[in-house]
Amino acid sequence: MPTILVVGELAPDGTLTRLSTEVATLARALAEAARADAVGCLPVAGADGPAAELARFLPSVVVDGGAGTDATATQRAAVLAAALDGVSHVLLPASPDGRDLAGALSALTGWGVLANATGATWSDDGPVVEQSVFGGKLTTRSAFTGPTGIVTVRPNAVVAESAPSQGSVTSRSTQPTATVPVVATVDRIEAAGAAVSIDDARIVVSGGRGVGGPDGFALLADIAEALGGAVGASRAAVDSGWIPYAQQIGQTGKIIKPQLYLAMGISGAIQHKVGMQTAETIIGINRDPDAPMAEFADIYVVGDLFEVGQSLLGQLRARAG
Amino acid sequence: MRIVVLTKPVPDPASGGERLLPDGRLDRANSPAIVNGNDEYVLEKALKLVEAAGEGEVILLSMAPANAPETMRKALAMGATRGVLVTDPALEGSCTVATTRVLAAALATLDSDLVVAGIDSSDGVAGVVPAGIAAVAGLPYLSYAAEIAPDMAARTVTVRRITPTGYDVLQAPMPALISGTQALGEPRYPSLKGIMAARGKEIVTMSLADLGIDPTTVGTAGATTRVLDATAPPPRAATRVIRETPDEAARQVVDFLAERRLI
Ligand SMILES: Cc1cc2nc3c(=O)[nH]c(=O)nc-3n(C[C@H](O)[C@H](O)[C@H](O)COP(=O)(O)OP(=O)(O)OC[C@H]3O[C@@H](n4cnc5c(N)ncnc54)[C@H](O)[C@@H]3O)c2cc1C
Ligand SMILES: Nc1ncnc2c1ncn2[C@@H]1O[C@H](COP(=O)(O)O)[C@@H](O)[C@H]1O
Repeated sequence: MPTILVVGELAPDGTLTRLSTEVATLARALAEAARADAVGCLPVAGADGPAAELARFLPSVVVDGGAGTDATATQRAAVLAAALDGVSHVLLPASPDGRDLAGALSALTGWGVLANATGATWSDDGPVVEQSVFGGKLTTRSAFTGPTGIVTVRPNAVVAESAPSQGSVTSRSTQPTATVPVVATVDRIEAAGAAVSIDDARIVVSGGRGVGGPDGFALLADIAEALGGAVGASRAAVDSGWIPYAQQIGQTGKIIKPQLYLAMGISGAIQHKVGMQTAETIIGINRDPDAPMAEFADIYVVGDLFEVGQSLLGQLRARAG
Repeated sequence: MRIVVLTKPVPDPASGGERLLPDGRLDRANSPAIVNGNDEYVLEKALKLVEAAGEGEVILLSMAPANAPETMRKALAMGATRGVLVTDPALEGSCTVATTRVLAAALATLDSDLVVAGIDSSDGVAGVVPAGIAAVAGLPYLSYAAEIAPDMAARTVTVRRITPTGYDVLQAPMPALISGTQALGEPRYPSLKGIMAARGKEIVTMSLADLGIDPTTVGTAGATTRVLDATAPPPRAATRVIRETPDEAARQVVDFLAERRLI
């Protein structure tokens, strides 16, 4: 039977991303249904530690050092493209690197891409991939027309669950057959006080124009910490320079599906809504009773975000003891 | 300096008019089209770079239905020099693989120092086409740009790529393909003069025959993926509005979070 390949990825600190473990969990379920094998690959030289972590979720993981440590996603794609013997489907995170990799791999192989899966099942013909399109207005189910394909998977499509037993880790160094131009990484800059990434956060506390400035975001950061979540923002807050663009949610920012989205001082404009409306629970705090958010939040608190926020923070901290 | 901007006409997400046809294809004929939001940011950057260089041109490249010039005029009104539209009835229903091949083939007919694209399109949100075009065209690919700084003398381009914790500084020889984000800066509004000038600007149309591409390998006929069905997600539960004192409101929120096991 054909093999399902999971391509894992590393966070900037060198650890395996949680999304990688979710992708692996989904691949394992597909492989079980298909009576196929699910295997993992980390196309990063020397990533033995993260590979062992990925092997908690998959029977076998290979570290492929063919592209070196500082390679960009396109170079990793060239390595993967040369090592697809027996593989029918590739699953990867729908992250910036995962998208770059999927795009290049698709072009190098001619395999189709189903992007941003929010779930997948196996039918006789291959994976049936669920996607949320038009900002959550529709849920589609799609399939590949041929025997092969590439799927990028959104955060929180499944809950990561480790396999009954630890898988094996091996290494190899595949020489790419296609030559892709090298892009040099000349510097890596860490932003001061880099925030928790919103991409795969279970809880996102998000602020908009109503937050008023960087000082206001300190309160949101405290609430996020008390909830074990990350801080997000509307474009108005990003454009004002209160918070980096990497935290922006919406049409030209990130599309996320956390378990809880707590929006503070965000009106809920359509371009914002498309980035978060598939969140399981949405709570809005806004002093305007008629903002668009009032139409689609589960709970809508009419009030001042600082007063309600301070009290919320106090009560959350009191509960945590 | 010559920059090609990949611009995709997309249904306006704010219009709420995005629809699928019964066979699962996007209904492009009946949705009001705009230039994809992310493409406007790279277009703005391209215009600024050419202005700063003091010479050169900004060329729009789109693969879209025959009515696309209407949408492309807005980008021309912002200041782009001319447009190239690949359009062919056989392209309807194209998947990302076909789109990538067609755009790469059209790109090969244009000479450029840089090619820029949006990080994703609001209708497909795949975010895979630019990386694919770079791979097919053999161009260096630099993605998620928050800044683009070409050095024409050295023939290199430096890009700040957004990362979860900051940014990477990437460098490559030109020509290169770069996908960019909103962090590049707000797009300008077309001036009245720009709108007038756009009417006279050239949009060259190319067909699959012009590009030597077999029509059966693209469009619905050659698609690598297909939509099986589309359903509206179950409606969200009615909103519970809380109008209480801050302490009482916060207490009710905490209770709700506890009920849903979120704390
Ligand atoms: C092409 C394009 C792409 C876009 N992409 C995005 C995107 O990716 N993400 C995005 O978010 N937006 C995006 N936008 C912008 C979007 O249209 C809105 O302008 C933006 O989301 C508004 O942000 P906001 O809700 O923070 O601000 P506003 O709409 O100004 O809302 C602020 C809210 O805060 C409330 N408020 C103020 N003070 C307080 C207080 N003390 N207590 C409680 N409530 C208070 C107000 O009642 C108001 O409802 C895009 C727009 C375009 C044209
Ligand atoms: N049909 C198209 N015509 C022109 N550019 C396109 C087209 N499809 C995709 N692109 C470019 O590729 C980017 C990413 O698109 P996608 O991979 O479809 O999300 C867009 O922002 C455009 O710059």
